[in-house]
Amino acid sequence: MAEKKRLDEATNTETVGHEWDGIEELDTPMPRWWLWTFYATIVWGLAYTIVYPAWPLVSRATAGVWDWSSRGQLEQELAAEEAKRAPILSAIAATPVSELQGNPQLFQAAVEGGRAAFRVNCVQCHGSGATGSKGYPNLNDDDWLWGGDIEAIHTSIEKGIRQPGHEDTRMSQMPAFGRDGLLPPDQIADVVAFVRTVSRQQPASAAALRGKALFATNCAACHGNDAKGNRAVGAPNLTDAIWLYGGDEESLTETIYGSRNGVMPRWGEKLDPVTVKMLTAYVHSLGGGEAKPVQTAMTGAAAK
Amino acid sequence: MRSGGWLLVALAALVMIAASADFGFSVHMGIVAAAALAVVVVTLRKADDAQLAGLPFSRQPDETRYDDDPVRWGVLATLFWGVAGFAAGLYIALQLAFPALNLGLEYTSFGRLRPLHTSAVIFAFGGNALIATSFYVVQRTCRARLAFPSLARFVFWGYQLFIVLAATGYLLGITESKEYAEPEWYVDLWLTVVWVAYLAVFVGTLVKRREPHIYVANWFYLSFIVTIAMLHVVNNLAIPVSFVGSKSYSLFAGVQDALTQWWYGHNAVGFFLTAGFLAMMYYFVPKQAERPVYSYRLSIIHFWSLIFLYIWAGPHHLHYTALPDWAQTLGMVFSVMLWMPSWGGMINGLMTLNGAWDKVRTDPIIRMMVMALAFYGMATFEGPMLSIKAVNSLSHYTDWTIGHVHAGALGWNGMITFACVYYLVPRLWQRERLYSLRMINWHFWLATLGIVFYAAAMWVAGIMQGLMWREYGADGYLVYSFAEVVQAMIPLYVIRAFGGLLYLAGFLIMIWNVALTLKGRVRVEKPMTETPHNPMSDRPLPAPASKPIKPALAPTGTLVPAE
Repeated sequence: MAEKKRLDEATNTETVGHEWDGIEELDTPMPRWWLWTFYATIVWGLAYTIVYPAWPLVSRATAGVWDWSSRGQLEQELAAEEAKRAPILSAIAATPVSELQGNPQLFQAAVEGGRAAFRVNCVQCHGSGATGSKGYPNLNDDDWLWGGDIEAIHTSIEKGIRQPGHEDTRMSQMPAFGRDGLLPPDQIADVVAFVRTVSRQQPASAAALRGKALFATNCAACHGNDAKGNRAVGAPNLTDAIWLYGGDEESLTETIYGSRNGVMPRWGEKLDPVTVKMLTAYVHSLGGGEAKPVQTAMTGAAAK
Repeated sequence: MRSGGWLLVALAALVMIAASADFGFSVHMGIVAAAALAVVVVTLRKADDAQLAGLPFSRQPDETRYDDDPVRWGVLATLFWGVAGFAAGLYIALQLAFPALNLGLEYTSFGRLRPLHTSAVIFAFGGNALIATSFYVVQRTCRARLAFPSLARFVFWGYQLFIVLAATGYLLGITESKEYAEPEWYVDLWLTVVWVAYLAVFVGTLVKRREPHIYVANWFYLSFIVTIAMLHVVNNLAIPVSFVGSKSYSLFAGVQDALTQWWYGHNAVGFFLTAGFLAMMYYFVPKQAERPVYSYRLSIIHFWSLIFLYIWAGPHHLHYTALPDWAQTLGMVFSVMLWMPSWGGMINGLMTLNGAWDKVRTDPIIRMMVMALAFYGMATFEGPMLSIKAVNSLSHYTDWTIGHVHAGALGWNGMITFACVYYLVPRLWQRERLYSLRMINWHFWLATLGIVFYAAAMWVAGIMQGLMWREYGADGYLVYSFAEVVQAMIPLYVIRAFGGLLYLAGFLIMIWNVALTLKGRVRVEKPMTETPHNPMSDRPLPAPASKPIKPALAPTGTLVPAE
């Protein structure tokens, strides 16, 4: 192949004169807009590296003309946000949780803060609408295991549920009646029948009658003779239609056989006190919050 | 002699199975042993000339023809791995919309199938397309047969073994956890051997060329082969926990490891999916269009600026991380400067059609090439834009990135590969033409529609995701939880999966078309162009009888413009 330049008729452009497997190349100049845009990006790039940290030197890189750093920018933004929220947060910090509702505006601000904190910390178990799921209580209703007034909720969040070895945590333990051999399977079936009868899921039967006697000796200490539960020990009301682990025969049998004893972290050690208060306000505001603090041993501890 | 060596490899692999420290490693050594034994059998059978004639694809070397056997195998492998990779992609897209499709099995979970998909499409589909076309192009543009023919065959089969080891490893949970570099140390070593052989064949062919100059496509192929070798070796430097076990730990730690990984990861895009595929474009577009390349000068400048700038752009994957600010800045400005060098390839490809633009209408292969170049241009504009820190702070970690990658991968890499395979198949198997050109047209539209659904869904999803993550309410708190953002994505995930389904459907039409072409069938169909031509009206008006009248209507009744 020799160097054969020729004029390409369709484009009226000369070829370079090379040819490979029939492919030739035109000697078209580079498009001006392309070249100038390329130059422009280079000039912009150089300017940018002067303004911002860019060129590595021996021990550190050039800092740029504004001494900008991404960490500095983040700190600034966080500080600005913090300053914006500071008046509200300090007001919440200064107000005891039981008195939050006395200031509707402050309470509303706490609810909003709690809503955000709930999304980050609580939705994983309680769901994004706080509707709960199996083993994780629905926080929208008025059925409370450990109490639904604002101080009781605060204690539950701050101290956690069943965190052994920690002072003031919500603690109780239902025995594993089947696994630990406290009740044989037929008696567990009787207790299940009784529970399903008092919760009006099935009519009274001989089994339920036998279960009633077993309930009185084994369960009533916590769940009460009327099976309506006891908030002091987190024993649920068994006569309503709300079930944490399911009210069907199979779930109830499993619950009595092995016990459940659900847990929740002590948020007081993970989150700051203001966030815990705001979470309390949010949960209380969901619909089931109770107005009057019920005097129990637990609420006394929570007020500090 | 040669079969003895492979027998030793097989025996060594069997010993490794016995000594292996984990289950995955013994499976892999079993595959290696089977592959080595297969080579022994084939080598021994080849010694018998009588049987040679019976084997498919085995011909006596004809020095007057190009050595196209590895190219033919590569085209078939491209199609085979394409189906696997696209189907895996569709499946994991559906998993995002319907998580039950994880099936509760470790082998079918998203985390294991996702690298299977990415490696299958990039390295198996794309890699085979690159190896096949490079062997085809380098021979023709050098007017020389492949150097080291046996080594070329080793490259092809060795690369397939690499793919099988990588893919089975992902399913077994063997991974280095480096994106696009997941295979473990021994698979990496194997790929290194194969890749050096590839380099030897390619450079050897360039050296024995019968042309005075090296064609631009070969610059791109060579830059792809050399740079991938460098990237692969450095990023995979690792210390095995045991020489008979699959696990290894990277030589780098912390942010150095991250930077090395994204230096690799970004240039895998740059040199595998950009430079390598531009090489394909530089040969097949002028051939199919039968036009000279638009600008020789542009090809020089954009080649050197592309390969010089690309290698620095990796840090833009690590904006707003522990990576020092200065490295982030440099990653960003090099990415922005990369915009025009990338577009140089698009300009040279598209403008090569000067004088043949009518072919976009009449030639479905050209139409695919034009669409590929258009998506290439779009993706290489979007890339620099996403590398700008202000944009990246919104787009990073969102599905916008996935949309960007797929606009490039489906639009550019996929479309240009399809076009090249359509070009190659009749030539490699000496067929008069493809079974059907109209089916290419169907493939084109299904693929294009699929990309539009895919990319549009991911843009919307990504921007929505980014905005939701950062949205602060009036009280200064984040508005959405992560799970709420996931929930909002589901409809868009469904649309994305639909786009992927269209793309896969188009590819299956291609498989059908190619299969029937290989069988020698030709579909009876209307030709692609039906522009009416009336020779009777194709003439000037008759000379006026008495006084001149202004031309108004041609005999057929169409308006003739007055001049």
